Parts: sequence; structure tokens; C-alpha cells
Amino acid sequence: MERSEEYIKNERKQDWRVALQKKIKAKDRMSIERALMAETAPEVRIKSQRIEVNTGLTKEQALTEASRCMDCVNPTCMEGCPVSINIPKFIKYIESDDILKAASVLKETSALPAVCGRVCPQELQCEQKCFYVTKLNQPAVAIGFLERFAADFERESGHVSTPEMATENGIKVAVIGSGPSGLSFAGDMAKLGYDVTVFEALHEIGGVLKYGIPEFRLPNAVVDVEIESLRRMGVKFITNYIVGQTASIDDLKADGYKAFYVGSGAGLPRFMNIPGENVNGILSSNEYLTRVNLMGADSEESDTPVLRGKNVVVVGGGNTAMDSVRTAKRLGADRAMIVYRRSEAEMPARAEEVHHAKQEGIEFLTLTNPIEYIADEKGRVCQMKVQKMELGEPDASGRRRPVPVEGSEYILDCEVVVVAVGVSPNPLIPNSVEGLDVSKWGTIEVVKDKMQSSIPEMFAGGDIVRGGATVILAMGDGRKAAKNMDIYLTEKYLSN
Amino acid sequence: MNKIVEKEHFSEKIVKIVVEAPLIAKSRKPGNFVILRVGEKGERIPLTIAGANVERGTIDLVVQKMGVSSTKLCDLEVGEYITDLVGPLGKPTEIHNLGTILCCGGGVGNAPLLPIVEAYKKAGNKVITILAARNKNLIILEDEMRKHSDELIVMTDDGSYGKKGLITEGMEEVIKREKIDECVTIGPAIMMKFCSLLTKKYEIPTVASLNSIMVDGTGMCGACRVTVGGKTKFTCVDGPEFDAHQIDFDEMMSRLGGYKQEEVDKFDQFQK
Ligand SMILES: Cc1cc2nc3c(=O)[nH]c(=O)nc-3n(C[C@H](O)[C@H](O)[C@H](O)COP(=O)(O)OP(=O)(O)OC[C@H]3O[C@@H](n4cnc5c(N)ncnc54)[C@H](O)[C@@H]3O)c2cc1C
Ligand SMILES: Cc1cc2nc3c(=O)[nH]c(=O)nc-3n(C[C@H](O)[C@H](O)[C@H](O)COP(=O)(O)OP(=O)(O)OC[C@H]3O[C@@H](n4cnc5c(N)ncnc54)[C@H](O)[C@@H]3O)c2cc1C
Ligand code: SF4
Ligand code: FES
Repeated sequence: MERSEEYIKNERKQDWRVALQKKIKAKDRMSIERALMAETAPEVRIKSQRIEVNTGLTKEQALTEASRCMDCVNPTCMEGCPVSINIPKFIKYIESDDILKAASVLKETSALPAVCGRVCPQELQCEQKCFYVTKLNQPAVAIGFLERFAADFERESGHVSTPEMATENGIKVAVIGSGPSGLSFAGDMAKLGYDVTVFEALHEIGGVLKYGIPEFRLPNAVVDVEIESLRRMGVKFITNYIVGQTASIDDLKADGYKAFYVGSGAGLPRFMNIPGENVNGILSSNEYLTRVNLMGADSEESDTPVLRGKNVVVVGGGNTAMDSVRTAKRLGADRAMIVYRRSEAEMPARAEEVHHAKQEGIEFLTLTNPIEYIADEKGRVCQMKVQKMELGEPDASGRRRPVPVEGSEYILDCEVVVVAVGVSPNPLIPNSVEGLDVSKWGTIEVVKDKMQSSIPEMFAGGDIVRGGATVILAMGDGRKAAKNMDIYLTEKYLSN
Repeated sequence: MNKIVEKEHFSEKIVKIVVEAPLIAKSRKPGNFVILRVGEKGERIPLTIAGANVERGTIDLVVQKMGVSSTKLCDLEVGEYITDLVGPLGKPTEIHNLGTILCCGGGVGNAPLLPIVEAYKKAGNKVITILAARNKNLIILEDEMRKHSDELIVMTDDGSYGKKGLITEGMEEVIKREKIDECVTIGPAIMMKFCSLLTKKYEIPTVASLNSIMVDGTGMCGACRVTVGGKTKFTCVDGPEFDAHQIDFDEMMSRLGGYKQEEVDKFDQFQK
């Protein structure tokens, strides 16, 4: 959807918006306090992996929160949103109690608003750029909470809007990977009339949304509704199918697929390569979270085992680390600890997750780095040697580089260690497709904004292009790719 | 969902099943494996593709009952379905015409070994195969192996069939008798370790196929990591075959027991 600044400005002058603007005085809007998200009590929620922490705003709360928004002439919040959701418009629809319209505004730009409302790092994106923050030094309008509210309201109302569908054009396109990037691409292409099939290596659809992010943050049911609606739009899903292994791209071409979208993610776990890292009891966050979230190992009924311990250490400071350490708490750890080499200010995790983790009794050992693991006589980790760090000069990432403090080593007891120090791009597609340009980091090279790779009929986006990034960026890439692949395919097959 | 079309009991604990999987039958190569899952609560377990029939669109799996998951699979009957099955996974065996190949299989390791024996023979090598097990009942796939080998030697620990003795004794006899250009060993980790020590002594290049614990089989979790030549490798994507002389077998064996207590508990619960 093309929306120039002009267009946004003119929309703001529509009668209903002007009427709302006049309804409450700016001063009164600014005196309302930011809505507080209701939460399941920490002592209750740590008993189960499947109890959602945030329970959502009530309608009353949402309407009040929406009226805080000033409907700014220059809505800077939109600049902070990686996909430029029309934020004031959706919020003003909430204020006027037309929640279904608000939801449809979200869907113009975001394929999975119920997901983004829950997992986007709003405090670094839209909310950071909100007028309240930049000019008033007050808490931002709770854009994320409102996004979630509108999307949940629509889902629960049973009046999910079905998008307008172009007539079928019979052109087959294949999507490789069913993470947020592949799903958003699939939805847009189906709307444009293409015959879309999504291939997924695992036995479940959803990528990280299913195997990575735990249900206490993102219930599977929320993701499943989105997948169901894609199915109704005619998108086909084939699980247990690894493109490049089960069949090659050439096989798929022979089967009539005219173009490909690679959304295969950054699934490869990194380790630190320190002594003892391969002893039993030390595992990647991907293994840990997959066992629990995808395989259901938190339940007695699952055949998949998971390691439990009294003392569980998670190494890292990102969302993956927070999800792992909070999972450990829910699996019964007495001490569930984060060991992170920088300070809390540099943690890449969402601020809300850090806050929730603290409520749940997670211990934070910041400016601390593991240097060696020690195993018991059975070969199972029992202790780790850590070193204190201090912050030095800023590094390439702009964050201050952690440097070891000489002689500060000490020993920490631990029976389970989860390593969450980052992921690398999934090499399956880069390795199996000849002529595909790949960077030295293993990401697929694409023409920026077009998402087209060195192979004209192959587009790519999400973590396989960016390395580990975010859900919203992965989705945005999928949408960009759909738009440009449509232009490419129309020119090639439909323009005569 | 993949249908089981044939089932055969090799022994009380070892079952061969033939499963519909037309795409995998077509794309699989010797050395590849699949990951499958029985039931909605099932665990993902790796199994080698022991053979395939492209026309029928089927693959053969040979399974030994170990714990819950392998038992659930062995309990499935013809006409029933495997909930999920994905593959082919792993790097295929590098097959060349090298001269004389010594193929050593132990226990259920004979199943993954069979397609490799077949391929080496087809590539024009002289193939000498040694099959070993604790006793006669545990020797599987003997006829099929004989068909594709120039010479077949059977060994049992208790002497109930073939020659009495450990596989390494049989290997040493052959190595002393003629020049071996390459050795392949597949079986229990401890067997592969001793095969590897022996061939190292004689400086014979050796490949071992590892049966590490796995979850996804696509390089995503690192459960399958092993140390090869001092470096961490993922068995599912870098292997499952590695230069045996470089493998840290002691670490590998320890890692196989990484979930032992948890697996035993699951099995007790399952039998109840
Ligand atoms: C634990 C965890 C927590 C996170 N928390 C947040 C958060 O709070 N907020 C946020 O914005 N981001 C978060 N992220 C990051 C975010 O999830 C990712 O950036 C996003 O999922 C990337 O989407 P994607 O579609 O590119 O890939 P993925 O979600 O990784 O999906 C890729 C899919 O492709 C499949 N695949 C790979 N190769 C093939 C093949 N050859 N054939 C078929 N299928 C294939 C994979 O099995 C996988 O299902 C988190 C990540 C993790 C791991
Ligand atoms: C690449 C690859 C190919 C394989 N091919 C075959 C095959 O063709 N046929 C076959 O029968 N098996 C094969 N295996 C091994 C098979 O995957 C395991 O036996 C199976 O996962 C056991 O699952 P379970 O739940 O039944 O037993 P579990 O409950 O997991 O284990 C029962 C007991 O066996 C031990 N154990 C667990 N995993 C293994 C293992 N991999 N090797 C040895 N002991 C183990 C456990 O410590 C436990 O004590 C292969 C493994 C790999 C990695
Ligand atoms: S910047 Fe804040 S107040 Fe202004 S339109 Fe955006 S959300 Fe509303
Ligand atoms: S099985 Fe998960 S990385 Fe190998």
C-alpha cells in the first residue's frame, strides 16, 4: 500500500478524525496515565509453560489509552515502525470504538498483528518515537498493547475480515520456510491470485513463532488462527519437506513452480568454543526451547525428554536467553540465572521480558562471562568457571566492549547450562542452490527493497537475509518481496 | 503421514519396515537418514535409510527396540501410518573406486551399512564385509550383504554362528592378509572406537557413521555435536560419516548417555 506523507496528512483531516480531535482537549489527553497491562501473578505463571503472562487490556482500558494519542500532525511513531503501520489511524478507530476497523488498518501493513503486538520491541521502535517520549518526557502511548488489543478483539469476535482476493492466475510459487517471513509473503501472494505452496522442514508451521518463542509469551493458538486464515485463502502447506534435500529447486521447477521465496531463517546455534562445552548438560537455547515448545517436553505425556536442574544457567542477554531462563524456572529450577558479559543496559532483550523475568525471580549475573565448564565423574556439567567483566571502549556495535577483569574468576554451581549467544543463517538453501550470491556471513544477498537474489526467480527475506533480526522485519521483507515478485512475474508471464 | 506397507521381524528386537515415501526414495543416497515421529506426543528419532524402491516409492528402515520411541515404531503394523517423516538428511557417503574396501557392521549397524556396501561394489571396488553381533540371532541382513560383497565374514561373541570372536579380530586377519584401501565401520560406538584404533595402527583410512542424539536433524539444535579433529561438528549436517581417526569417541559415547536417566524414566512410564 503506497501512502505518501500527503496521503497520511489528508486522512487526518477526514471528518471523523477531526471530530475526535476536538472531542477531548490536548491537556486532558496528556493527563491520562498510560494503561497498565494486566498480568498473571508471577507465582502462578511460573507453574506452567503455557500460561500467558500478559492477559491483555480490557476494552475500557483500550478506549482510554487510545484517547491519550494526540493524532499528531506529524506522527513520528510511524517512522519508528519498521513497516510504517498507520498508527494514528488504527488508534483513532479504537478511540471511536470501531475496533474491527482498527484491526483492518493494522492488516493493511502487518500480516500478523496479534503476534507483533506481543513480541515487537516497541520501546525501541514506534513507542520510542512517540510524541509523549520525544517531547513530553512521559510514557509513550501503549501502541503495542493497543495493537494486540485490536487484533485479539477481531479474532475473538469471530468477524475476521477476509481480504479481497484477485482472480486466480494459475502461477505456482513456492515458499521455503514457514516463519513469519514466509507466512506474510504467502498471504500477500495469495491475495494477488497466485497459487502458493509453503514448504516447511519441521512437522509444525510457524518457524520460531512455534519452536522458539514460548507460549507464555505467544500462545500457539494465536499463530494457528493466522495459519488457518492463510489456508482459507488457498495457501497450501507441506510439512516435513526440506527444499534442497527432499527435492531440489530444479525438481520444483520441473513441477511447475515459477518463483521462490526463501524465508529459511537463522536457525544455526552458535557456541562459545570454551573448554568443556560439549559435556552433557550443556545445550543450545534452540535445543532447549525446541524440546519444550515444539516437542512439549514440559508435559509428562511427551516422549521427548528435557534436562531439569536445581541450578540452571543461561548464557546470553537476548530474547532467546530470557525465554530460556524463564522456561528453566517453569521446569522447576530453584535458581534460574542469566550470565551476561555486558551490563543490563546493553541487553538486546525486550525491556518487558527483562522486567517479567525479574518478577519471576530470575537472577541476573551481568558483567560476567563463562570461561570453562567442569563435569562430574559421570560426564555431566556440575560447575562453571566465570570471569567478571568491565565495560571499555565502544565496539563496532556501538555498545561498550566488555573486557575481563584480571583475577576475578570464580565458580558457579550448575546442572544445566543453556547457551544463547546467537544464531547463524541456515545454510541448507545457500549450500544447495548454484549461482546464489551469499555474503561471508552466510546470509543470502538481495537487492535492497526488492528482496530479489542473484537468481532472478528467487527472492529472500527475514533472518536468512538479515542474520538474527525481528519478527516485524521478517514480515516486512515478505511483503516487499511479494510486491516485487508480483511485478517480476506479471512482466514475465502475464503481460500480453 | 507415511504408510507402512511391509514389516518383517529380523529378531525379537530388530524389525524391518517398508514405508511409503516416494520423494525420499528418489532423492536418497547411501549414508542418508530420515527423522520420524510416531504419534502427536512422539519424539523425533533418526534412522538410516537401509534401502529404497523408486518405482514403488518406498524406503526401508531397520529398527532396533531401544526405548519408548523405537518400541512405538516397532509396534506399528502394516497399513498403519508414521505421523511425521522427513529426509533424506545428512551428507551421503563419498563413494569412489579405491580398490579394496573393508566394511564392518555391528548389530543394527548392518542396516545403514548395506546401501554403502552395495554402492562400493557398484563403483567397482572389491568389498570384504564383516558382520558381527553378540550371538547368531542378532546377525541381520546376512543374505543381502553376501549378494553385494566379494567376501563375507560373520563373527559372534559367543561363537554361536560364524567365527567366534570380536570384530577387530576378524578385521586384523583380513588386514594382515591383503592390502585394504579403506575401511567403513558402523555399529555401537564402542565397536567403532576399537575398529578405528585398529585401522589407525595399520594406517588405513577409515570412515565411521555416528548415531548421535538428534532433535531436528537440520543443524538447528546442536544436540548431535561431536568433536572431530579438535573441532565441534554437527552430526546431522556435517556427518553422519566422519574420518574415524579424528573422532573423539569417548566424548561421543558420553554424549549418547546425555539423556539416559530421562529416557529410562520415560520408558518405565511407557511400560506401565
Ligand atoms: C527464542 C526466540 C525468541 C525471539 N523473540 C523475539 C521477540 O520477542 N521479538 C522479535 O521481534 N523477534 C524475536 N525473535 C526473533 C524472530 O523470531 C526472528 O527474527 C523471526 O522468526 C525470523 O523469521 P523468519 O521467517 O525469517 O525465520 P524463522 O522464524 O526462523 O523460520 C524459518 C523456517 O524455515 C524452515 N526452513 C529452513 N530451511 C528450510 C528448507 N530448506 N526447507 C523448508 N523449510 C526450511 C525452518 O524449519 C523454520 O521453520 C526471537 C527468536 C528466538 C529464537
Ligand atoms: C544418523 C543416525 C542413524 C541411525 N540409524 C539407526 C537405524 O538404522 N536403526 C536403529 O535401530 N537405530 C538407528 N539410530 C539410533 C536410533 O535413532 C536410536 O536408537 C533411537 O533414537 C532410540 O530411541 P528410543 O526412544 O527408542 O530410545 P531411548 O529411550 O532414546 O534410548 C534408550 C537407551 O538407548 C540409549 N540411546 C539413545 N540413543 C542412542 C543411540 N543413538 N545409540 C545408542 N544408544 C542410544 C539411551 O541412552 C537409553 O539408555 C540412528 C541414529 C542416528 C543418529
Ligand atoms: S506519536 Fe504517539 S501521540 Fe503522536 S500519533 Fe503516534 S502514537 Fe499518537
Ligand atoms: S540434530 Fe539438531 S543440529 Fe543436529
